[in-house]
Amino acid sequence: MSSVETRSACKPGDYKSDIKPIWCPGCGDYHVLLSFTRAFAELGLVPEETVVVSGIGCSSRIPAYTKCYGFHGVHGRSLALATGLKVSRPDLTVVVASGDGDGYSIGGNHFLHACRRNIDMTYVVMDNRVYGMTKGQPSPTTEPDFDTALSPGGTGLSPFHPLVIALAAGANFVARAFSGDPNQTTSILVDAIRHPGFSFVEVLSPCVTFRPDEREWKTQMHPAPVAATSDPGKAARRIMTDDGFNIGILYRGNRRPYQAKVGSNCIDLAELEKDFAL
Amino acid sequence: MREVEDISVAIVGSGGAGALTAGNLLLEAASLAGWRGLLTRTVGPQIRGGEAAALVRLASRPVECLADRFDLLIGIDWLNANRFGAEIEVGPQSLVITDPSGGDLPALVARAGARVVEVPIKDIAKAIADGRPNMVALGLAAGLLGLPEDLSCTVIAKRLKEKGETAIEASRAGLKAGIAAATGLDLSLQLIAPKPSAAPRWLVSGNETTGLGAIRGGVRFAAAYPITPASEILEWLAPNLPKVGGVLFQAEDELAAINMIIGASFGGTPAMTATSGPGLALMIEALGLATAAEIPVVVIDVMRAGPSTGIPTKSEQADLNIAVYGLHGDAPHLVLAPQSIVDCLFTTQWGVYLAEALQAPAIVLSDQFIGQAVAAIDRPADIAFIGRRTAALPQAGAYKRYAVSAGGVSPMAIPGMRGGQYTADGLTHNEFGIPTSSESDHRTQLDKRRMKLEQFAYGDHWATIEGDGELAVITWGSLTGSAREAIAKAHGSGLNIRLIAPRLLCPTQPDRLKAALDGVKRVLVVEQSHSGQFHRYLRAHYDLAKDVRVLNRPGPLPIRPSEIEQAIMQWRS
Amino acid sequence: MSKAPSIPAIFSLSDLLAIAYRIEADAVERYALLADQMETHNNSELMKVFRDLARAEGIHAEEIRRLAGDIDLTGRANALRTSWPDAESPEEVDLGAAHYLMTPWHALQLSLAGEKRALAFFTSIVDTAKDAKVKEMAAEFVEEEAEHVNLVYKLLRKYPKPAGSWPPDGDPPLAQD
Repeated sequence: MSSVETRSACKPGDYKSDIKPIWCPGCGDYHVLLSFTRAFAELGLVPEETVVVSGIGCSSRIPAYTKCYGFHGVHGRSLALATGLKVSRPDLTVVVASGDGDGYSIGGNHFLHACRRNIDMTYVVMDNRVYGMTKGQPSPTTEPDFDTALSPGGTGLSPFHPLVIALAAGANFVARAFSGDPNQTTSILVDAIRHPGFSFVEVLSPCVTFRPDEREWKTQMHPAPVAATSDPGKAARRIMTDDGFNIGILYRGNRRPYQAKVGSNCIDLAELEKDFAL
Repeated sequence: MREVEDISVAIVGSGGAGALTAGNLLLEAASLAGWRGLLTRTVGPQIRGGEAAALVRLASRPVECLADRFDLLIGIDWLNANRFGAEIEVGPQSLVITDPSGGDLPALVARAGARVVEVPIKDIAKAIADGRPNMVALGLAAGLLGLPEDLSCTVIAKRLKEKGETAIEASRAGLKAGIAAATGLDLSLQLIAPKPSAAPRWLVSGNETTGLGAIRGGVRFAAAYPITPASEILEWLAPNLPKVGGVLFQAEDELAAINMIIGASFGGTPAMTATSGPGLALMIEALGLATAAEIPVVVIDVMRAGPSTGIPTKSEQADLNIAVYGLHGDAPHLVLAPQSIVDCLFTTQWGVYLAEALQAPAIVLSDQFIGQAVAAIDRPADIAFIGRRTAALPQAGAYKRYAVSAGGVSPMAIPGMRGGQYTADGLTHNEFGIPTSSESDHRTQLDKRRMKLEQFAYGDHWATIEGDGELAVITWGSLTGSAREAIAKAHGSGLNIRLIAPRLLCPTQPDRLKAALDGVKRVLVVEQSHSGQFHRYLRAHYDLAKDVRVLNRPGPLPIRPSEIEQAIMQWRS
Repeated sequence: MSKAPSIPAIFSLSDLLAIAYRIEADAVERYALLADQMETHNNSELMKVFRDLARAEGIHAEEIRRLAGDIDLTGRANALRTSWPDAESPEEVDLGAAHYLMTPWHALQLSLAGEKRALAFFTSIVDTAKDAKVKEMAAEFVEEEAEHVNLVYKLLRKYPKPAGSWPPDGDPPLAQD
């Protein structure tokens, strides 16, 4: 994480804008918004040096609800936007927000490469196991038997395992949180943003409108039985027996974060022509 | 011996004969001698060992297209050379050198009535330790052109530096043997001595000048996804951007590349990428995002024959439609087109400047012909167009990123500036950037984005306009050079013709084209597309003269000056 | 998740004030957020209920701030939270239980649950704190929270329990992006 200039102790209110979210009351993303503002406050982030980048979907509306710089891009490409931004402006703190459709379906390819590159940024996916904004189609994390208009009777497909993918693809920090426990989510976010390299936090965030069954998540969540490991092998073993409701940090790695090869000396432009000269 | 202003040489060979290297060396040696020239190539589909022809035109003045036929055609061998067809056209005055062990002459060459002479190129090479046939071919060409041997030796030594002294010696020996074999032959042509020039000379491709133009314009971030024939732009930028404090970053696909440069630009860094037709198609959605969110980026499209994966190694001018009309919604943006290798530098640099000034994406339509051709040119003068955005200044009160203003350009806050926080959004937004579906906000922002482009003073760079006459040739891009030569030839026959070649395709400049067509009664549109995209574009946006003819054809063959001249002559009233 | 917060036995006065302030400030934030939600979703009755609750909590927050004087309440609360990784401060209002068609009765049930949790929290501090001053102040907060609980009960008498859940929306959901 870029160096944090601490102003006099920051309050979460310093990071929340006046724009009223359009999310349905009861949406888990409200808690996530609070966790964002709390985490930013706790880290003492400078709002104008922090950028929240998102794609398209309900969760992707979050940038404008903060007082940081924001980018609400096109569907599935938030990680690419964030990569170009962070590589050219390493001084900024970059947090990327997405949903399970935006991030794991159309954004799947960029997810793989972002983990692999291990550039210092934090990727928060608000997973509600459905395409909420477009009225309830199955997403890559939807259960195979979940009935929808686009897949009557369910897709019959095994769901995507984002934590497995992130770990295998090279992310340096892998965690799961639950919007219904904003304090823990805040704590995980603080850790994620602080941790160097690519930090991935999957936040299970119920959709009150299209997945009312997700109200049950409250009773199913439980803290992870072990503390985070820095051994990818151990982490891999744990995640393969994970029940999908373990809350906590799975992996806090020591993988080398990306270093841009920027030349330190700026030569005269005329030097560049020497290759062309006869 | 006839004195001529230009001589064209083609060297053909396959299976690793090295014809392309020979062509390169020939152009470089001739450039050292003070001549100008242009080198392109045509190849088979193999990755290595395939049939290849180096096509070189040497001249006493700058040339921007190939001539109608080759004066000298050297065949190391003719295996699969029928593929090249009319691209290696010769005439009754041409000299064809053939190796008796190299197979039969291609049908078109055999029928042309040229003087055919046999030289055992391969045997001559074999007689030299580590001898290569392409060096013999180079010697033949150098000898017939009267190129000083030491110049050829210089370029050989430079080119083969890494291969070591033995290789250089063997190559020199091959060169010598080729020159010796040329002494008995007669080309009957002599190039006029080159005009001495004070300006330093470059040997450079359009893709390279494109890269330099981008850096000169201020680009300091590039995202790269390789695609033929644009990869060389990115390959040139890769080591050179870091030298000026910039970064080139390889993306996983074009969708990532375009979004990366938008992200970098949002962060305040002028950014660009380079691609070809298929890649541009993938980038279209994000170009709409850059338009709607008013973020400057530059995308170079080195056009190749389409549709879909098309002919990756051949030029065409058929991406005009997608560049101009491809974005969904009404999304006015910049489209520019360089006209030559040297113009790639200016137009790219200008493109960066315009994109930054207008906070809009700019598509620069280069093509495979300009992009991959190599020319000996005078070093172009430095140009003053450096990209600079109107930056927002800290102010009291909420910041209006998309504030309505007289010129349409609203100051842009860069992350790091306190009080400038806003969320860039591709959704229709109000002046603050907040998404809205209101009729008035939508219209206001549409008006703003159109107006900022239309109101800008582009100056005379918007088009090349030369000559006077009742007939005008309107063309664009790499065909400008061909058209110019055709017009010069027609002028020799007493005809006065105006040349109009827009460099700025979007936004259109109706008033200025109207002025350019003042006095013009007949218009000949020349373009390299199957459906006549440029003609339709002109008709859609401009009032052309009543009498319009179109000379259009798709790739892969370039449109030669003689074809344009013929079309002009057929139409003299 | 475990419902009972786990708290260390050792507490200083400034820690207690910081925690109490954080609880009130959280409550203000939640009620304000809910009020905004109800305003955006055109439930003006609920908007008013939540604005009133936010205002009431805000007054309490101000009182604590005055009591605290120079103490950096925000900084202290931040530090406390990070040193207790397993502890949860009492959740005032569960935003996940909100609904745009909820009635005031439902909203007040949420509020009641939050207030009761806060009451239980301070009660346990009274029971476990070693410092006499801390015990005394915690006892004050217990009284305050008890008043809040009673206030909510009073409000609930104005709003009868609805027969069932809220009536369904006549329109289907819409896609916006």
